[in-house]
Amino acid sequence: MNASVAATAPTTVRSPRSRNPLPGFGLSLGLGLSWLSLVVMVPLLALSVRAVGLGVDGWWRALSDPRVQASLKLSFGTAFVAAVCASIIGALVAWVLVRYRFPVRRLLDALVDLPFALPTAVAGIALTAIYSANGWIGQWLEPHGLKIAYTSTGIVLALIFIGLPFAVRTVQPLLETLGREQEEAAASLGASRLTALRRVIFPEILPGLLTGFSLAFARGLGEYGSVIFIAGNLPYKTEIAPLLITIRLEEYDYNAAIALAALLLVASFLSLLAINAIPLLFAHERRKGKPQ
Amino acid sequence: MSETAIGETAMNDDPLREPVWVRWTLIALAVGAMALLVVLPLLMVLFAAFGDGFRAWWGSLNEPDARSALSLTLFTVAIVLPINAIFGTMMAWALARFEFRGKRVLLSLIDLPFAVSPVVAGLCLVLLFGSQGWFAEWLAANDIKILFARPGMVLATLFITFPFVVRELIPLMEQQGADEELAARSLGANAWTMFSRVTLPNIKWGLLYGVLLCSARAMGEFGAVSVVSGHIRGLTNTLPLHIEILYNEFDTTGAFAAASLLSGLALVTLVVKFWIESRHGDVLAASHRRIS
Repeated sequence: MNASVAATAPTTVRSPRSRNPLPGFGLSLGLGLSWLSLVVMVPLLALSVRAVGLGVDGWWRALSDPRVQASLKLSFGTAFVAAVCASIIGALVAWVLVRYRFPVRRLLDALVDLPFALPTAVAGIALTAIYSANGWIGQWLEPHGLKIAYTSTGIVLALIFIGLPFAVRTVQPLLETLGREQEEAAASLGASRLTALRRVIFPEILPGLLTGFSLAFARGLGEYGSVIFIAGNLPYKTEIAPLLITIRLEEYDYNAAIALAALLLVASFLSLLAINAIPLLFAHERRKGKPQ
Repeated sequence: MSETAIGETAMNDDPLREPVWVRWTLIALAVGAMALLVVLPLLMVLFAAFGDGFRAWWGSLNEPDARSALSLTLFTVAIVLPINAIFGTMMAWALARFEFRGKRVLLSLIDLPFAVSPVVAGLCLVLLFGSQGWFAEWLAANDIKILFARPGMVLATLFITFPFVVRELIPLMEQQGADEELAARSLGANAWTMFSRVTLPNIKWGLLYGVLLCSARAMGEFGAVSVVSGHIRGLTNTLPLHIEILYNEFDTTGAFAAASLLSGLALVTLVVKFWIESRHGDVLAASHRRIS
């Protein structure tokens, strides 16, 4: 888009850096970058420097702690399971919202964003109240030996709640723009609905599914507010990594907190990398036609 | 949620439609999942908040600690929103209207706060401003308190809400293109006239949308704020932190009363968001347009 703008641009060259006649490049980029640095980059840099400063010794001491290992295993495991569940439920909700017409559809569509707008602490206490032993749902499950609150199942439940909007909203636009022609072609060639779903629709929404999964996973891994209420927070059992960071911090055990936080930060970087790479991978075909 | 029969049985043998029973099973599953995951927690909050009557609800909100928590939450939002709106617009201008080296990297750096755990963000601020932090001596010498005080809360919230406005504006500005702005410039408009008469009217709904998401996040932020707050009652407690304290003290009514207030704000956010989407969808980025 900007390439075409530059090509037809009048001769009034303002900025030496580009042949773009629009004003304010230096000012907006300069102030924007300072803002980004102050608010985000300097704090993250502080963590990175301290993490490198731990040295092999410090890292070994931090990571050989079985409580740290247990919390990391729990955090990654629950975030993964929850992201898978959120992706499945999210795809179902997106499909129903786009393809079917039913009475509460608009309301359902609006409610999808609620987990995003609702403060995590509110979600945490509400879910805990519902699924604890005397809660609305917990009282029916507990007699059958199904415990949800204060177990890792509860953590997964809270993380599904958190991840759901991402899973729905990444698939929904793809389904909306999906043309019916290919499905018609598949049907006219004798494919059943299931075959069309598997061979035509699924490949089209796969990038959205993967992006939604990565977003839900990244959010789930770092989630704190909703989880700490429902988790029970027993060391080695239901203690997530972000919670252990705050515990170590309160004990002034900075090195352990830094090591854990640095690991989570690396995981965030990797998730972001995946999220950025997914459209590039899938859009390769489509981009060939466009001049870059 | 009630379900009434769908009146589309005539389309039953359309090869592009699933059989009626499949359709209704999918709709029921989606509605059921959303009811269980999203609607039930909301009802729980209302039920628990007003369970002891309106008077008890009002009593626990009209208490000094709750009032100061609310005012601190509003104070933080009042600082964070304008900063994000101004700098977010600047950043979006630079990124959507100009080509420069490192733009891709910058775009992914903007997303970083989405993926970073709030607890990690809080820890980063502790490492900068805490007693062992980089700026500890300078802060002590000048008698400036950032951690366990309001500036820290604001900084943590700024970190978390960083991407919202920029992320909303970049796709919108790219879609709209620079034609109108170039026309304004060629007609002799100066930079400010071009911005206030062309750019701002074009992006105002997108900007409002971003600010709205930003305010929902800012009001509900828990993890990052919890780490930097020090939990000083009446001083550094925001509403979400206030909820945690009351909940841990088994003051369920009080916790849910505060939660109902935040839920109300979240619902207002959703309603306004939905209104913008359906009323002004044509001036939002394509991904937010609701096709109905």
